[in-house]
Amino acid sequence: MDTFQQALAEQVAEQHRHHGKALFFYVWGALLAMTAIEVYLTYQSMQPVKMLAILLGLSFIKAALIIGYFMHLKYEVSRMKWLTMCSVVACLILMTIFFFPDAKRIIDLGVK
Amino acid sequence: MADSALQNIPSVYEPSLFGTYSKKIGMWLFLLSDTLTFGALLYAYSYGRISTPDWPTPFHSESIINATIMTAFLLTSSLTMVLAVRASVHRDAKMQTIWLLATMLCGTGFIVLHGREWSNLIAEGLSLPMFPKVPHHQVAAEFANVSKTVPQFAATFFGLTGMHMLHVTLGVIYLGVVALRRKFIPILLVLWLAAWLGTPAYSPFHYGAHILLIAAIVCGIILWLKPKVYDSSDVEVAGLYWHFVDLVWMFIFPLVYLMSAKILH
Repeated sequence: MDTFQQALAEQVAEQHRHHGKALFFYVWGALLAMTAIEVYLTYQSMQPVKMLAILLGLSFIKAALIIGYFMHLKYEVSRMKWLTMCSVVACLILMTIFFFPDAKRIIDLGVK
Repeated sequence: MADSALQNIPSVYEPSLFGTYSKKIGMWLFLLSDTLTFGALLYAYSYGRISTPDWPTPFHSESIINATIMTAFLLTSSLTMVLAVRASVHRDAKMQTIWLLATMLCGTGFIVLHGREWSNLIAEGLSLPMFPKVPHHQVAAEFANVSKTVPQFAATFFGLTGMHMLHVTLGVIYLGVVALRRKFIPILLVLWLAAWLGTPAYSPFHYGAHILLIAAIVCGIILWLKPKVYDSSDVEVAGLYWHFVDLVWMFIFPLVYLMSAKILH
């Protein structure tokens, strides 16, 4: 690595040094608790659509905790946060718009 | 705060646009592209699930317990990974290695449990045409017609979870190289032999084990061409990959396992 890259890496490492260990244990505990809730809900005879909405909601919260704290994105510069998250969310929204109405259309119309 | 702090580094180069070093940005870009790979596989699975009225729900409580333990293994491995990154930035080489090895151990536990889950499903009759036939086995009633009526279940299930298992395996190898460098190559070769000789010839893992041999050759070449002591930035970048693998499982677990759990009343 050149000097500039090493200086950047050292500055990032310095940021990491200020993070307490306890925070990571809280995040880990929250992730395990949400997983336990997901498994509990599976056996509660819920409507599939309602259960899917709750499970996906919990999954997005878990994903946000992992990306924010474990992957350190919460502490990155705002350009990094916005560019990475907006680009991937935009692609996933596009896939949702194209795929799911088509899948439902097959159920409504039947496979010809 | 981080924005302004990172602009203060004197250099002949222009300031970093993203305020961090290049290989970390490179890993983020790779992970974004990999998100779309897994996104496409998850969408394919969900498409099949929505458009197929008789979608199988084969996962008994044993499977759900197994998958829950696998999830706990991955979440714990993410904790040990951040502790490894923390040890590396504090220049504690011993704890860095210990936490990396703990992460690898959790990852290996995940792979073993996932392999057992796959083997049980294949033994019960859920299979793909490309898998070798299991000799002298009875197909379970719930899988008797699945390959004919809902072939996309096995295809999307094995495709999605297989891709994830491959990522976890490569992640364990990646961490092994960062933690142990050249010392990891003989360990990898022993693991390859154990996986190859320890699985029956009809198991997909019998052939899949050769990934470990290919990885040993590739890692050997990389370590021979560019030997180096991995610093905190390398550990952080490896950690990003590992957390991503954990992140993807947070969607596979509910969508594939919990939404297809067999509920007995």
